[in-house]
Formats: sequence, structure tokens, C-alpha cells
Amino acid sequence: MLTATIVALLVVMALALVRALLGPSIYDRILAVNVFGTKTVLLIAVICFTLGKPEFLDIALVYALINFVSVIGVLRYFEFRAGSSGEVPND
Amino acid sequence: MTETILMLLSGLALALGCFFMLSGAIGLLRFPDFYTRMHAAGVTDTLATFLIIGGLMLLAGWSLALLKLGLILLFIFFTSPAASHALARAAQHSEWKLSGTEARGERDREAKILDAPADVAEPDALNTDKV
Repeated sequence: MLTATIVALLVVMALALVRALLGPSIYDRILAVNVFGTKTVLLIAVICFTLGKPEFLDIALVYALINFVSVIGVLRYFEFRAGSSGEVPND
Repeated sequence: MTETILMLLSGLALALGCFFMLSGAIGLLRFPDFYTRMHAAGVTDTLATFLIIGGLMLLAGWSLALLKLGLILLFIFFTSPAASHALARAAQHSEWKLSGTEARGERDREAKILDAPADVAEPDALNTDKV
């Protein structure tokens, strides 16, 4: 079952990459990258159980932290680059 | 006996997690709008993560790995809604509005925009690469 989970995770990551490459707007791409990062955390956790090395879980934990910080940082950048930081746009 | 039941439960949780994850990925790929895509990704992210980490926790038994998996689960439960919220807020602040929105408080602005479409004809630099 662990192997099937790894295969499903890889398929999901490939689909998220397709959406990140196709994505019409920048927000589709950020969403796909967020999904990709979350699935990477799960993939590391499942792989560490497949290999029987529980110390790899630390890497998954650190990756979850980095993924969240990077998504929030990129979002702040594009939100304020859009020129409408909370006010009514186009006035 | 107990171990067999735990293995069965863990396999069931992993299989359910794989199903929700795949359906969320198909929704992410096939849905027509940004907000519907975010719905598919955000909703299935939390449930599939819970099921997969829960299945691994059943496999782990009482050990340090259980604590680490619990920390990962807790952290993802805190950050996934926060990231979804920030994403939706940033998209709503940009030009990428909901099509045909009926949201309360947005009506006046929408009516103004509908009255004077020439003001909003300026293409956003972020959305010019629409396929």
C-alpha cells in the first residue's frame, strides 16, 4: 500500500506541475506550487516509512515550514506589485 | 491480531487518501475557473493529508515517529487554510475578479465597473499571458 501511495503522490505532483505550466494567471501557478509542496511533504514521509528510516521525518517537517513561508512570501510580493493593496482598484 | 487490524486500518486510510488526492488533482487540472480550482485543491489537500498521515501514524505505533507525524499534521492543518486564504485574498485584490460576482459589498463597485468599462480595459500585467 505504501508503494501505491508513492505512485499516486507522483501522479498528483505531475498533474500539479501540468497546471503550473498551463496556468493562465499567476495565482493558478502559485496554487499549483502550493499543492506540489504539500504533496512533497507527504512523499518524504511515505518514503521514510518505505525505507524504514524514521529520522527522515525531520526533513518533511522542515520542508513543510519552508513551503509555507515561500508561498506567503511570493503572494505578498505579487499582491503589492499589483498596485492595489486593499483599496478600490482603478481610481 | 491487533497488528493485523492496524495494518488493515492503515491500508484503508492510505487508499482513501490516495483517492481524495487524485480527485483533487483532477479537479485542479480540469476546473474552468481559478476559484473553483482553489476549491478543489484546498478542500482535498486537508482531508488527503489527514488520511495519509493518519495511516502512517497507525503504522508507526508508539514511538518518536508518531510525535513527528503529529507535528507535521498539526502544522499542515494550521498553514494550509492560511495559504488558501492569502491566495484568495491576493487574487481578489488583483484584476482577477470572480466572473459575474454577486457578493455583498461588491455590487456598487461592480455596477460602477459595468457602467464605465473603458476604465477597466487596462490589462493587468500579471494576467496578460492568458491562453
